[in-house]
Amino acid sequence: MREELMKILNELRPEVDFEKEKALIDDGVLDSFDIVALVGDLNDTFDVNINIEDLLPENFNSADAMIELITKLQGEE
Amino acid sequence: MQRNVLEYLEQAAGKNPDKIIFGDVKEELSSREFMNLAKRAGTALAGKLHGQRRKPVAVLCDRTIRPLIAFFGAVYSGNFYVPIDRQMPLGRVCAMLETLDPAAILGQRQDEKILWQLTEWEKKYFLEDLLETPQDEELLDEIRREALDTDPLYAIFTSGSTGVPKGVLVSHRSVIDLADQFQEEFGFTQECIFGNQAPFDFDVSVKDIYSALKSGAVMYVIPKTMFSFPVKLIDYMNEKKITSVIWAVSAMRILENLDVLSQKKPLWLKHIMFSGEAMPVRVLNYWRKHLPDPMYVNLYGPTEITCNCTFYKVEEAFQEGDLLPIGKPFKNTGVLLLDGDRPVTEPGALGEICVRGSCLALGYYNNRERTEEAFCQNPLNISYPEKIYRTGDLGRYDEAGRLVFVSRKDHQIKHQGHRIELGEIEAAASSLAVLEACVCVYDRGREVICLFYQARNPCDKEILRELGKKLPRYMLPGRLEYMRQLPLNKNGKIDRTELAKKI
Repeated sequence: MREELMKILNELRPEVDFEKEKALIDDGVLDSFDIVALVGDLNDTFDVNINIEDLLPENFNSADAMIELITKLQGEE
Repeated sequence: MQRNVLEYLEQAAGKNPDKIIFGDVKEELSSREFMNLAKRAGTALAGKLHGQRRKPVAVLCDRTIRPLIAFFGAVYSGNFYVPIDRQMPLGRVCAMLETLDPAAILGQRQDEKILWQLTEWEKKYFLEDLLETPQDEELLDEIRREALDTDPLYAIFTSGSTGVPKGVLVSHRSVIDLADQFQEEFGFTQECIFGNQAPFDFDVSVKDIYSALKSGAVMYVIPKTMFSFPVKLIDYMNEKKITSVIWAVSAMRILENLDVLSQKKPLWLKHIMFSGEAMPVRVLNYWRKHLPDPMYVNLYGPTEITCNCTFYKVEEAFQEGDLLPIGKPFKNTGVLLLDGDRPVTEPGALGEICVRGSCLALGYYNNRERTEEAFCQNPLNISYPEKIYRTGDLGRYDEAGRLVFVSRKDHQIKHQGHRIELGEIEAAASSLAVLEACVCVYDRGREVICLFYQARNPCDKEILRELGKKLPRYMLPGRLEYMRQLPLNKNGKIDRTELAKKI
């Protein structure tokens, strides 16, 4: 999963080091347009349905947080 | 007669001194508190600038109400303000400051590092320090007595197709005119609560600030990150009981893309107004389906004519692929359609949208050449000096006599002998459900129409098949370029300049 996620993130913003960044949202690295694109990609790739209740800064601040969110959503299905 | 926008603030503070006028997530200020802070900043600045008037004061802006105090402080000092986004790359900030040669640069303590890096300029102040100075009413009165309504109020930088930013200089008169027309046309009252989305260096925010001030209403700044996390956004809008939004189209598109409104709704909205780029009918229909009651208004106009010159209150239903009209001019604003120097008279024919009236900006600051190109003599008037602004946008009148924006003038091409508006191809492509966004660019060297599109997955074949049903053969793009995300400029508009470089 991690590999696929990294591929998506790097395509979205090639200049960002997603292994290191831990405050993608709080530091304003990802903006609302990025989030819109990212949510669509994650839904398609991991066959989940991120709804707006899951759209919280803490779920998107780092790659690890995103993996946690996806794992949680996959478990629910 | 009103000569200065400060009169709005003073009237609000006189009538309802304890009513909140501006707020953000951390702070709320009543009109009296806000006025007194602005007067302190103004007194301090006037002292530091030794009687300089009508000079630029650059203000580093975040998404709080603090920059607004600096703006009005600059105005009280007899000067004009220039909003600069504190997150902008330093190189661009310097390019703007070089054009401006500002009398002063204002920031907050958080901007210390930025101010320190601007080594070429000496007069740099912290707002916090300026606010220590007690207000000097006599001095401020004296400054006001000399003020004219034709004096500059602000300069806002636009990107400019050449890549060199231009500072559009706007007078008090133009903004007073704008606030008058908006209040009358849309019925703003002191019950309105504005939810400000646009950053202060984007002139969409001018409408929030001055509509709120003129009506004695309230304006809340919505933090940028809330647009990534719409639950917080909608909660905030409901908590503050936001009634009126004047947003960029891109902000409305985000809520549609994330399908927010089917899950959570703003409850108090009465006015939904949008501008910045053409509103896709799909996005408008989504909003109207979930929120049928508010008034929806399509606003049109470039920064150079003080925000907007025409408006269209959405009444009937539109089908995907239709162009939403930009409607009719505001009162006290004239719109002409010109083909070069001749008026367009044939019904339905295209012309360049040109504007006349008090709404015209004073020009581009310290850029006489570009000013003279864009702000020129009305060619239909040979009898006395009368300026018009040439927008570079092409429009036509529809059957109902409403103005419709078709495309940028420089997006008109001649291809295989046909005169083609790239905007028309974009409109047809935008109506396809698989496309999230798209832009057409013409490769003049190879004579190929190129469509850059944003979608979940590459789908060239599907697009061409569907477009073939809508467009003549010669208008079909010869090259399709898939992108997961089209590049955006700093105002959230699709960055055509960047895409043109890929050709």
